[in-house]
Amino acid sequence: MATVELKNLRKTYLTEEIIKGISLSIEDREFVVFVGPSGCGKSTLLRMIAGLEDITSGDLLIDGQRMNDVEPGKRGLAMVFQSYALYPHMDVYKNMEFGLKLAGMPEAERREKIEHVAHTLQLEPYLHHKPGQLSGGQRQRVAIGRAIVRNPKVFLFDEPLSNLDAALRGQMRVELSALHRKLGATTIYVTHDQVEAMTMADKIVVLQKGVVEQIGSPLELYHHPRNLFVARFIGSPPMNFFPAIFQGGDAAGSSVQLRDGSTLYVPVTSPGILPGTKVTVGIRPEHVELAPSGPNSGTVEVIERLGAITLVHVRMSDGEIIVVQTDGAVLTDVDTHVSLTLPPQNCHLFAPDGLAFEACRRHPLAA
Amino acid sequence: MALKTKTSTRIGVTILGWGIALWLFFPIFWMFLTSFKSEVQAISTPPKLFFMPTLSSYAEVFERASYWHFTFNTVIVSVGATAIAIALAVPAAYSMAFMPSKRTRGTLLWMLSTRMLPPVGVLVPIYLLARNTHLLDTCTGLAIVDMLTNLPIIVWMLYTFFREVPAPILEAGRMDGATRWQEMTMVLLPLALPGIASTALLSLILCWNEAFWSLNLTSSHAAPLTAFIASFSSPEGLFFGKLSAASTLAVAPILVFGWISQKQLVRGLTFGAVK
Ligand SMILES: Nc1ncnc2c1ncn2[C@@H]1O[C@H](COP(=O)(O)OP(=O)(O)OP(=O)(O)O)[C@@H](O)[C@H]1O
Ligand SMILES: [Mg+2]
Repeated sequence: MATVELKNLRKTYLTEEIIKGISLSIEDREFVVFVGPSGCGKSTLLRMIAGLEDITSGDLLIDGQRMNDVEPGKRGLAMVFQSYALYPHMDVYKNMEFGLKLAGMPEAERREKIEHVAHTLQLEPYLHHKPGQLSGGQRQRVAIGRAIVRNPKVFLFDEPLSNLDAALRGQMRVELSALHRKLGATTIYVTHDQVEAMTMADKIVVLQKGVVEQIGSPLELYHHPRNLFVARFIGSPPMNFFPAIFQGGDAAGSSVQLRDGSTLYVPVTSPGILPGTKVTVGIRPEHVELAPSGPNSGTVEVIERLGAITLVHVRMSDGEIIVVQTDGAVLTDVDTHVSLTLPPQNCHLFAPDGLAFEACRRHPLAA
Repeated sequence: MALKTKTSTRIGVTILGWGIALWLFFPIFWMFLTSFKSEVQAISTPPKLFFMPTLSSYAEVFERASYWHFTFNTVIVSVGATAIAIALAVPAAYSMAFMPSKRTRGTLLWMLSTRMLPPVGVLVPIYLLARNTHLLDTCTGLAIVDMLTNLPIIVWMLYTFFREVPAPILEAGRMDGATRWQEMTMVLLPLALPGIASTALLSLILCWNEAFWSLNLTSSHAAPLTAFIASFSSPEGLFFGKLSAASTLAVAPILVFGWISQKQLVRGLTFGAVK
């Protein structure tokens, strides 16, 4: 059992506020991922939870107990660092033993635990190797093993896979997910990898400049981004945006006029928005469709063929570029004229302040 | 970058290297040679390179002064001063390297600036302090002064070595439940050991050869080897044979020690933990 609660956490370095009042509840066994652009404060927030950075103001509760002033080693946490941070002068066995030894666990019990963890992580052949003699993936496993063996209430990960190559990263991602299911420990995971965030998280926290932009399940963020920032940040390739003029709305949707004169009736509500307001329309590349003819048309500028899918970059008649993700076998070529269908149920509308219009119906997977 | 260096350049660099090495080594070599000459041979012009070696200078040196007494003092003072300096400098450098504040840089520079003052500038106050605390002509007194003069350099060097240790490794220790003290002794020290050893050796050498304070703060009881050498450059006239013999005897232990320990020192810092 371990819940983590952040209450209006703030961090100031010298005069600069880096974390600007973050509140968040993490349930027992939950896998929470912090994402956000570089420098947004993900690591700082994680380190504040770990106790490696002082908390300037606010409360950190673990299992309901205030932990602000508790030593890192006494918070019941274990952390896996991006650089692994193994003790270079100790072999794998001693690396895992260090924390247990400090905690005063008897030798026999230590041995049993370490052997069990080494078995789980397939580290048995390397128990008496120094970190310098291991590959990146093996070091990563040792770092994870060192965390697991202490049986912590909460696991903290700071971009643990970013030093691995793509293939190994994919493999470790699956292993970590499996491990989390098996151990069922509360986990906080920092990454800037979309795929890691989407596939591993129960809950994603999107941060920007020390502020929470949105908290939600991966599909909630995907289908119902709260604002332009989240819409742009979640999803790859990123969502297309183009300007439009709000014309009016009712309970079933809002209609907007695009720059080429065509109109869209999007199923989102628009309380308090005046007709004539400049809004932004967003639609993901995977939701745009190539059509034989239609009101929205343009010329193909670039084609990226990735095998299974093709990304078609279309320059619209009004000058905007719209990326379309389509079938790998599509025959369209550069410089041809194409028309696009923008399915209204997949369009998002954003007010001038960046906030999204509320969808009339929640997506079934993001209820 | 050219992978192959031209042969002529290589030969040139080799010759230059050997030249500098010999030039640096020559005084020691000459001292060593002179110590085996008679006093007459020692001052003959042109200087003789080949001669019948004699141990007469050594015999006289041993007869006139108690070499072992001076050596004992030097060892006590150097080892004592080095041990205390390292013990004080490790926590200082640790906090500066891993918990820097706005003033860390300034503090380091200020500490080093104390070395910019010529020691003679503080001779009188230090002499009076030593006298009033009854530390004149004691190994303790000399060790304290030696320790304090070297402390800034030692902190500076340790700081540089500690900075090479990736902070996450220490943080991992803290997460594992280590106290600050355990983090320093069980994680940092083993990693920085080669650096600490080099620093200790340097401090040992500096203390071993320190003459100014030795000559001014000691007379007989606590006089170290530098005073032993000085006692052979007496005003009655220079006896180069005996002076060389005394000097050879004085530098031999530290030279041999440095030679033996160099293997450990050049190994350098090796980190396999990162990436
Ligand atoms: N010790 C420090 N002193 C001053 N500013 C700091 C310090 N550590 C971090 N910062 C600042 O805090 C901000 C957040 O840094 P942080 O490392 O948390 O970002 P991040 O989201 O983890 O980024 P990345 O994805 O690049 O790891 C940055 O603007 C950084 O410059
Ligand atoms: Mg970071």
